[in-house]
Amino acid sequence: MYRIVQKETLSKDVFLMELEAPLIARERKAGQFVIVQKGGDYNERIPLTIADADTERGTITIVFQRVGASTYALAELEEGDAIENVLGPLGTPTHIEKYGKVVCVGGGIGVAPLYPIAEAMKKAGNDVRIIIGARTKDLIIEEDKMRALDPDLIIVTDDGSYGEKGVVTAPLKRLIDEGDVKHAVAIGPAIMMKFCTKTAEEGGVPITVSLNSIMIDGTGMCGGCRVDIGGEMKFVCVDGPEFDGSLVNWDNLMMRQRTYKAQEKEDLDSCKGGICGRLGLK
Amino acid sequence: MKTPEIIENEAKEVLAALPETLTPKDRAAIPHMDMPQQDPNVRIHNMSEVALGYTEDEALVEASRCLQCKNKPCVAGCPVGIDIPGFIKKITEKDYKGALSVIQESSLLPSICGRVCPQESQCQMHCTVGKMKKNIDEAVGIGRLERFVADKEAGEEMLPEIAPETGKKVAVVGSGPASIACAADVRRHGHSVTVFEALHKMGGVLSYGIPEFRLPKRLVDTELEKLEKMGIKFERNVLVGRTRTIKELMEEDGYDAVFVGTGAGLPKFMHIPGEDLVSVFSANEYLTRSNLMKAYDRKESMTPVFKSTKVAVFGGGNVAMDAARTALRLGAEKVDIIYRRSRSEMPARKEEIEHAVEEGCNLRLLSQPVEILGDENGIVKGVVIRKCELGEPDASGRRSPVEIPGSDYTEEYDTVIVAIGNASNPLIKKTTPEIETNKRGNFIVNPDTCETSMKGVYAGGDIVLGAATVILAMGQGRKAAAAISRYLEGESD
Repeated sequence: MYRIVQKETLSKDVFLMELEAPLIARERKAGQFVIVQKGGDYNERIPLTIADADTERGTITIVFQRVGASTYALAELEEGDAIENVLGPLGTPTHIEKYGKVVCVGGGIGVAPLYPIAEAMKKAGNDVRIIIGARTKDLIIEEDKMRALDPDLIIVTDDGSYGEKGVVTAPLKRLIDEGDVKHAVAIGPAIMMKFCTKTAEEGGVPITVSLNSIMIDGTGMCGGCRVDIGGEMKFVCVDGPEFDGSLVNWDNLMMRQRTYKAQEKEDLDSCKGGICGRLGLK
Repeated sequence: MKTPEIIENEAKEVLAALPETLTPKDRAAIPHMDMPQQDPNVRIHNMSEVALGYTEDEALVEASRCLQCKNKPCVAGCPVGIDIPGFIKKITEKDYKGALSVIQESSLLPSICGRVCPQESQCQMHCTVGKMKKNIDEAVGIGRLERFVADKEAGEEMLPEIAPETGKKVAVVGSGPASIACAADVRRHGHSVTVFEALHKMGGVLSYGIPEFRLPKRLVDTELEKLEKMGIKFERNVLVGRTRTIKELMEEDGYDAVFVGTGAGLPKFMHIPGEDLVSVFSANEYLTRSNLMKAYDRKESMTPVFKSTKVAVFGGGNVAMDAARTALRLGAEKVDIIYRRSRSEMPARKEEIEHAVEEGCNLRLLSQPVEILGDENGIVKGVVIRKCELGEPDASGRRSPVEIPGSDYTEEYDTVIVAIGNASNPLIKKTTPEIETNKRGNFIVNPDTCETSMKGVYAGGDIVLGAATVILAMGQGRKAAAAISRYLEGESD
């Protein structure tokens, strides 16, 4: 059992949970993830990147957005409740080295997993610049934590309700154009990572991205998470989740992410698992 | 197909006519009892077990067919050496508890092995009755009798005796058949045993792979509960290689020996165009969704499974049959099993192939998929298939498929399930370089002890054998357990 020691609502649909998981807290490195299963026979296994860890408290932090019936159900849990199953740390850790100047770009919920990577990059002696973006002001998360790493943090919203109006690729291009950027990291929706990759490539900057494909076991057994990396089949769970952005077949990734869209909507509309997300009713 | 009622009536008639003492000739003349099973038209709409198991009458008839050969040729065919004539004799005496005791001297999981062992290529292959009749289908139904005994005595718990605590700690990695067998035997020697499993349910391939209709999960749960009652500890959500490494288990957590039974958990793909389309799944994924995540229960399960109408399954093994039959039960209208050789070369058990065909799966033999076609949303719309003919025997001794140039044609499907086997998972190898592996990534072990190149670390099952069977995995688990106990006892001297 993995007890929830702290729960925060970061925005309307985004939640942070600090979980008691001493073994995972001790072993985890930046870029790794866990698989969470609420309990029982019928709940889904949900892959979530580790947003932070505290080895002294023996806890890890996960941040997730309610989108389908399973994440709605997870969001119902409160402090003191327990999650029956948390497996990790999974995946290959981020390759951290002293590049010089590194730009870290986070979009939406992707800001949470970006934090440990930006932190590790900074610790390795890099000059870290950070860009975070969301659709609107309410969906901007972890601003303070990020600002502590980069006092000149750049915030972007689609609607201009906070920070710059527009998309994250504009400040990314600006920073690259200013010169000296040796490496970029982008985590967010696939479409955002695709365009960050394009911008970085045009500026001649190598870019690392973290992919969130469909996954069940997280140990290499199901092959559901397979992606096309430079024409080779790779498994996000064991080979990734991070890859060289310029090698990712983005269109295939986005197509595969949509496999169960229709069924997920059906589940949510039919109040599966007793969770009526759309209506806000239990 | 005979209905269960017809088979039961036959059994009653035979029993009534049996003379008091049976000569071998009498025994050989007794007809072989068919396995009662669910009607194919009914069972494709449910997940319940297909084979219903012998009734007592049927078991008594089948058991009387055994000649009680002095040289026991069948025992040589059993990977764990069960005294087969011994337990069958107990059945004829209606001493079912005694029969179970005989089996349990050698095998821990008769309810499981009686169902999933390939008896026709093991014990039953050597059966004298089958040889006399020149038909292996006429051999004594040893597996069916084993299952009968296990089911009959299911309520009667028989826990093995456990030696006094030795204070030694053994870690068992993975909770499939090899691990279960090893854990139980090591525990019997009085060592403390902890089993580490990555998934949220124990049982390995017995839980995620083999479908409910072939192996009801309650049986797996019962066996695992038995292990817990023996004092074996289970730790879920531990992926050895990530959560803890083998070195950490031994150096920091104080385990004196480790058994690795992690299976062959990395699905192989064909590497043909279109395999990255949306409705292409590995059999592992398809079966895991349905079995482990219970996606067949659309009402309760939170895990989705793709809605298919026309399904192509690539491969000819037991896993391919399981995937094909699962697809039917999940609502597919057409299921084709595409295999590049002919039916007689199929690696699946004969009975599984028969069941699949009875249920309406089509065997598209001598056919090699060369490309998967998709629509604009990435959903499969067809498979390009190349016809094959049989050539010379290959390394496996089976005639090899030779593609016929210019024979390509396209068949319509909306789903493809790839069931062409598994490679070994590289995780432990990556984090434990001390363990030597072959070029396929399988652990290299001493064949007599199952010890790896790392001191105190043993391995068995598919991580060593590649893709094998439940009973072979159990055999290795037991062999390793014996070696581990010897090793630990030697250490304390």
